[in-house]
Amino acid sequence: MTDDILRMRDITKTFPGVRALQEVSLSVRRGEIHAICGENGAGKSTLMKVLSGVYPHGSYSGEISFDGETCEFSDIRDSERRGIVIIHQELALCPQLSIAENIFLGNERAGRGRLIDWNRTNHEAGELLARVGLHENPVTQVSDIGVGKQQLVEIAKALSKRVRLLILDEPTAALNDRDSAHLLDLLRGLRDEGITCVIISHKLNEIASIADRITILRDGRTIETLDLGTDEVTEDRIISGMVGRDLDHRFPPREPKIGSEVLRIEDWTVHSPTQHGRVVVSNANLTLRRGEIVGLAGLMGAGRTELAMSVFGRSYGTNISGRLVKDGQEITVRSVRDAIRHGIAYATEDRKRYGLNLIEDIKRNISAAGLTRLARRGWVDDHREYQVADEYRASMNIKAPSVLSVTGKLSGGNQQKVVLSKWIFTNPEVLILDEPTRGIDVGAKYEIYSIINRLADEGKAVLVISSELPELLGLCDRIYTLSAGRVTAEVPRAEATQEHLMRFMTKGQTDHGDARTGTDDPGVADVPGRPGDQTNGQE
Amino acid sequence: MSATAPTNADVAVSGPGLGEPPTPAGGSGRRLSVNLRQSGIYVAFALIVLLFSVLTEGALLQPQNISNIVVQNSYVLILAIGMILIIIAGHIDLSAGSVVAVTGAIAAVLMVEHDVPWPLALLITLVVGGLIGAWQGFWIAYFGIPAFIVTLAGMLLFRALTLTVLGNQGIGPFPDPVRTLATGFTEGYLGNIGLGPLGGADLFSLLVGIAAVAGIVLVQWRGRAARLGYQQSVEPLPLFVLKLALAGVVVMTVIVQLARFKNLPWVLILLAGLILAYSLLTNRAVFGRQIYAVGGNLQAATLSGVKVKSVIFWIFVNMGVLSALAGIIFAGRLNQAGPTAGNAFELDAIAAAFIGGAAVQGGVGKVVGAITGGLIMGVINNGMSLMGAPSERVMLVKGAVLLAAVAFDVWTKRRAGASR
Repeated sequence: MTDDILRMRDITKTFPGVRALQEVSLSVRRGEIHAICGENGAGKSTLMKVLSGVYPHGSYSGEISFDGETCEFSDIRDSERRGIVIIHQELALCPQLSIAENIFLGNERAGRGRLIDWNRTNHEAGELLARVGLHENPVTQVSDIGVGKQQLVEIAKALSKRVRLLILDEPTAALNDRDSAHLLDLLRGLRDEGITCVIISHKLNEIASIADRITILRDGRTIETLDLGTDEVTEDRIISGMVGRDLDHRFPPREPKIGSEVLRIEDWTVHSPTQHGRVVVSNANLTLRRGEIVGLAGLMGAGRTELAMSVFGRSYGTNISGRLVKDGQEITVRSVRDAIRHGIAYATEDRKRYGLNLIEDIKRNISAAGLTRLARRGWVDDHREYQVADEYRASMNIKAPSVLSVTGKLSGGNQQKVVLSKWIFTNPEVLILDEPTRGIDVGAKYEIYSIINRLADEGKAVLVISSELPELLGLCDRIYTLSAGRVTAEVPRAEATQEHLMRFMTKGQTDHGDARTGTDDPGVADVPGRPGDQTNGQE
Repeated sequence: MSATAPTNADVAVSGPGLGEPPTPAGGSGRRLSVNLRQSGIYVAFALIVLLFSVLTEGALLQPQNISNIVVQNSYVLILAIGMILIIIAGHIDLSAGSVVAVTGAIAAVLMVEHDVPWPLALLITLVVGGLIGAWQGFWIAYFGIPAFIVTLAGMLLFRALTLTVLGNQGIGPFPDPVRTLATGFTEGYLGNIGLGPLGGADLFSLLVGIAAVAGIVLVQWRGRAARLGYQQSVEPLPLFVLKLALAGVVVMTVIVQLARFKNLPWVLILLAGLILAYSLLTNRAVFGRQIYAVGGNLQAATLSGVKVKSVIFWIFVNMGVLSALAGIIFAGRLNQAGPTAGNAFELDAIAAAFIGGAAVQGGVGKVVGAITGGLIMGVINNGMSLMGAPSERVMLVKGAVLLAAVAFDVWTKRRAGASR
């Protein structure tokens, strides 16, 4: 008899029209790190929401026992009282409050008369921060620290609640490699202290390195539980469990037909709009050719997104200098409209915040950037709009009942296809795709890769920005590495290996010790307000 | 008569000349079930009309009263059209009431004190309204101050300006054409015809009504044919015909009642034109689409090449022009521009928009919805005063209706969110 801290048996949860979970069982041993894998929509998050009481007892069927006792949580406080704490992918911190205030939010360290004892609050926060290895002053505002550190604050917060089972939903999705490594080390440390962890992640290499056991979900069912101690578990093994088929070829084959140069970026320098004088991209030179897929590799904070967005109609940065040469002629791109007119498209890394109008339907999202193509003298031909959207739905394999479905309800992969459709409809010659497969499942990734290949075959130049090196290696003909705002290498596919790229991606980093202490690039974090602000400043 | 109370409230709202489709038919048939939130408002309106028809023993639907409802609410409905655009874009305008006052005052000073010919005076007033909107739009769109603050300041500024212009006294009376626009009716150009037991009715009004119904049928039919041509799903033919028939009955009921009284109020014709134009703008124009894009996701709109600042600027300019129009009509109706004119009108317009299904976060809303919201409040006002209810009770009911409408909106959204 193994010592299970958690047993979930035959959990079935249905939503109107969908069975999200079907007799799912999960058992987690005391003191292990248990990973849950599955494609998006496999039911991972739903299962965790059932466990943490977000979906209260009675809204699902099945049994949960924690520490040998049957649990019927009616809300999230119920489960937290038992020591089950969930950290969501989107961090739930108040940016304007201090680290200490966030840690004890809802759980304040109060003295007599219900007044907050600030000395105790900050002192205990300091102890918790030491435990998670975060060297920050507890009174620092959360908005002043990077995403990686915020993640640690969340864990400190969980520790303050005397957590016994810690659930992390995609904890490293937004972190760079260094922060990810630190986080994973921390989880190992917590395991040694006796805290059980359940981790949901798409990053299979991480899972393989950290997890003791892995449970794979597919289509709302438990497929299998693998034990890394006894079973032979490889990434391919996990993938085949997730998708139900062997993925010998994670990347679709392609025969590159590379043509003439389309866009040349020369001496491109961009300054941060928030931190005066800070250079975000420095003298970058890049060339894009027809039919070619070019990769842009760099750690978070290296300036990849900043480079792309500054080229895309100066939607990021101030004091931008350099030249854009298209088909041999210098072009001026002052606004997103100019960029679209010159055949440049940029699909954002954060589709929910910058890519889609989530409350609108698929049709209107697809037409958003190319609406003038559907209009005559300012009036939209909405039948043609429907027609166009429906064609994309078919050709991009967007899984939705119709193009009138609201995009907010689609899965990540389908949302990404909507974003791509939107930009393809503008008929671009250069497509910049920023993290095109972030947060989408393995099967949909393959489809996105196929779409990218198809675009290149049609003679478009594609620039792919990605944090996943295997993706760049599998997809690109040529890869630029970016480090601290500088292009440090241009590597043809034949010569590229992960190690080789990583060497150039970290080149020069040690010279500026503080240039990248974490994931925190305040510039990126601030992009929301930027696009508008900076056009203002320039005109 | 009250037995034929509007069953399809949407069309009762629109009145004649409105080519905008009854909402459930606006999209595909599928939306019928999904869009309880959008169609719920029309059902609610129908029920409220029915309720007050019964409570007032039919007085609500008497010819003169229908005419009163239209005329009394016209300026708030005009403001609601401008307001819904602003709310869709995710902003708010608290200054509308004060702008109504100051533009009414300016019109009065021009026409009464300086004897400017009335068409020129109207034009100047509308331009001034546009300039006021441009002033506010500049601070909001280009300077980046939240609309709440800018228009709160505007509320005070333009009230102060009203008092300055008027010298703290009412100015009137207005020339006849202005009064006619505000309170007058179309002439009996073609004489009367007998309608049996209903007595005589104005032939011209009836013809306008028939033309309106024919217009609605034609537009709907062509839209349906086009959708069929593109192999899109449409609602089944019997349902489609039933809806059109109901729409026709409702429009003709209102028209017949008006024709029996004093013909068509000019403001009704003006209002119908505005509703038609703005419905088209929001549904079909690139500019209209951009308003929804800006309100739905500002960043995504920016990165899709929408000139966000210019869109926001122009909807405030538009609001200023419509406020000026409302100001002229309000002053014309009272035959005097007064220092307290337009007090709290912005709140009625905002309430109309939210009752009509606009979302607090922006990105959602319809012109016809806002009009329906405004009429719901108008009917409650009118019905309760017919019943002799004191004003505090009217206010109580209106407050409760606003809260209930938004609560319903939030509730349906939460339900939709939970079923993800």
